[in-house]
Amino acid sequence: MAQEPSRLKVTKVGETVQVEFTSRKILDEANIAEIGEQLNAIVEKEDRPRMIISFAAVDHLSSAALGTLITINNKVKQKSGQLRLSDINPQIYEVFNITKLNKLFRIYSTMKEAHESLPSV
Amino acid sequence: MKRSRNKLKLAQAHDLPWVSIEFPSSLERAGQVGEEILAACRRHHFNDQDIFAIKLALEEALVNAVKHGNKLDSAKRVRVQYRITDQRADVAIEDQGAGFNPVELPDPTADENLCRCCGRGILLMRAYMSNVVFNPKGNKVTLTKFNENCPTVPNAAIG
Repeated sequence: MAQEPSRLKVTKVGETVQVEFTSRKILDEANIAEIGEQLNAIVEKEDRPRMIISFAAVDHLSSAALGTLITINNKVKQKSGQLRLSDINPQIYEVFNITKLNKLFRIYSTMKEAHESLPSV
Repeated sequence: MKRSRNKLKLAQAHDLPWVSIEFPSSLERAGQVGEEILAACRRHHFNDQDIFAIKLALEEALVNAVKHGNKLDSAKRVRVQYRITDQRADVAIEDQGAGFNPVELPDPTADENLCRCCGRGILLMRAYMSNVVFNPKGNKVTLTKFNENCPTVPNAAIG
């Protein structure tokens, strides 16, 4: 049986997991559930997860997608890990601003800046 | 000046019939209806920023109706009525659920609620649309977006 293509591209750089969305829309309910499960599996695997999620390919999202990100953030915190978000375009950033989630998440312009913000291992 | 233009927008919109669609509670069908409405908005020259806003608000309202209103019960139906002109987009979404009181919802932007995973849909609708009105029961929401970039129609100045 053919496997569904992953909605995420996951790369390990040193101790840090880089996650990039491969779908431009992360608002679709089915996509969100799948993305949530995949992100959750990554966090579960790590002792103290260090994760950067890039939004470079994302041009739309919904409150359900925000909910999934918050759940992941809560899990990462529970495991004393670190989560960073990067490459969020201005239109999407405005959604974080309206919901005040820019106060909850640590957001950086680029993946490089997000890497530099992480404490050394 | 602005007031008279808004009056005109109202007058023109009132001449048009609403398009009405009813469907059983399904997120897939809700998505298709949302796309149909967005296509109509694009045909009526709403710009990319407005399309982003309408898409976001529509998605929230449609998911609310199917998931929270009708609790994904396919025996219950969602009724969508819309009317799109170059001047404005109006969309009413009604479910067969018990309704709710939007005033009673906790403020999702309060510090103590930032970590909660739900409850941001209505905040986003209000932020991105020109007007958001719930019926008293709370099972129908009407979203309005004015197209502020709409060039004045030549005949609009008459009268």
